[in-house]
Amino acid sequence: MKILTTNYLACAVKTCKSEPAAFPLHFKDAELAREELELNPEFIKNVLPRIDWPALAQTAAELGFTTLPSQKPENLDEQTMKDLHTLLMETQVMEGKLVCGNCGYEYNIKEGIANFLLPNHLV
Amino acid sequence: MPPLPVPTAQDGPHAPDGSEEYETRHVHQVYEHIASHFSATRFKPWPIVERFLNDRPTGSVGLDIGCGNGKYLTVNPNIYMVGSDRRSSNLVRIAHDRKIQDSFVADALDLPHPNTRFDFAISIAVIHHFSSPERRVEAVRRILATLKRPNAAGENGGQALIYVWALEQKSSRRGWSEGDPQDVFVPWVMGKQYMASPASNEPTGTSSCQEDKEQQETPKEVTYQRYYHLYRKSELNDDVVKAGGVVIESGYERDNWWVICSPSGGNPAA
Repeated sequence: MKILTTNYLACAVKTCKSEPAAFPLHFKDAELAREELELNPEFIKNVLPRIDWPALAQTAAELGFTTLPSQKPENLDEQTMKDLHTLLMETQVMEGKLVCGNCGYEYNIKEGIANFLLPNHLV
Repeated sequence: MPPLPVPTAQDGPHAPDGSEEYETRHVHQVYEHIASHFSATRFKPWPIVERFLNDRPTGSVGLDIGCGNGKYLTVNPNIYMVGSDRRSSNLVRIAHDRKIQDSFVADALDLPHPNTRFDFAISIAVIHHFSSPERRVEAVRRILATLKRPNAAGENGGQALIYVWALEQKSSRRGWSEGDPQDVFVPWVMGKQYMASPASNEPTGTSSCQEDKEQQETPKEVTYQRYYHLYRKSELNDDVVKAGGVVIESGYERDNWWVICSPSGGNPAA
């Protein structure tokens, strides 16, 4: 589970869809790994406007990344570019849980793969 | 989980009951068993899917709903794709090994995504596994809901490419054509070399399959039956409109109907 993905995840429960507290999901007991990937500057530059920055800042803080600027950067210097690449693309959550801030449902992450299937009573 | 009864699975017409449980037995569990064999046969991207993905601008973020083994996740390295599949966690594991993208297990009718965030989505050979007209339209509606809306600044909405199996495929080895039944079981014959281990190659009681009785000791192959709804000409386009979408482009390729569609303006259904 890459951090860029978590910026696009909300609770799968229908009644949570319109609730602001259902996005972003919150990490619990997250175990991280880093896998080096080649930096694609053009990609980072173009993906930046698409990111929900307050949600990313919250996710980053929960995972202990404290160097992320509190506002979306206007210009990407080389260091910020590298930091974003590391956070969004190279960092993976291998084990842990994603928790909905609205209903409290916990989605498991195992071996890097999250499971968003809901039990019958929540479908 | 107690073993499910083995249905009398024969090729050909079948009347689904339109429930999720039906799809669990006749779609998801089958793919779980055939994952490695299925994946080995699914490596070449279809041309129209490839073109669609390569047309996306750098930095686009999109979904592959029903990503299977994830073969489309790596077509364009300048976009970001999130793949999901519920049919088979074995297939998602294969998809997840494609490093530059991401994938997980989710249900297409309960997608874990905020609405109106995505630049694009693809759903290739997936929606034909839903077993009622309502569930098929709902699947399209859910895909459209994830896409960006057209806005006042003149920016276009997100686009989805959807592929389904066609009823009209007279030249294929299956030979179906207009007027044939649309709800069918289609066999997947799996060779022994793809069966994972003695412990997990026992399809009996866990899936819809037939096993050659005479070869029960050491079967050479096992036939699994998957449920499909075969789409008539224009049926997919009609479903897009019923789901509140707009058809941008559509056509027929290699026994499949495909459509590129967009959400119409206004707010998505929650």
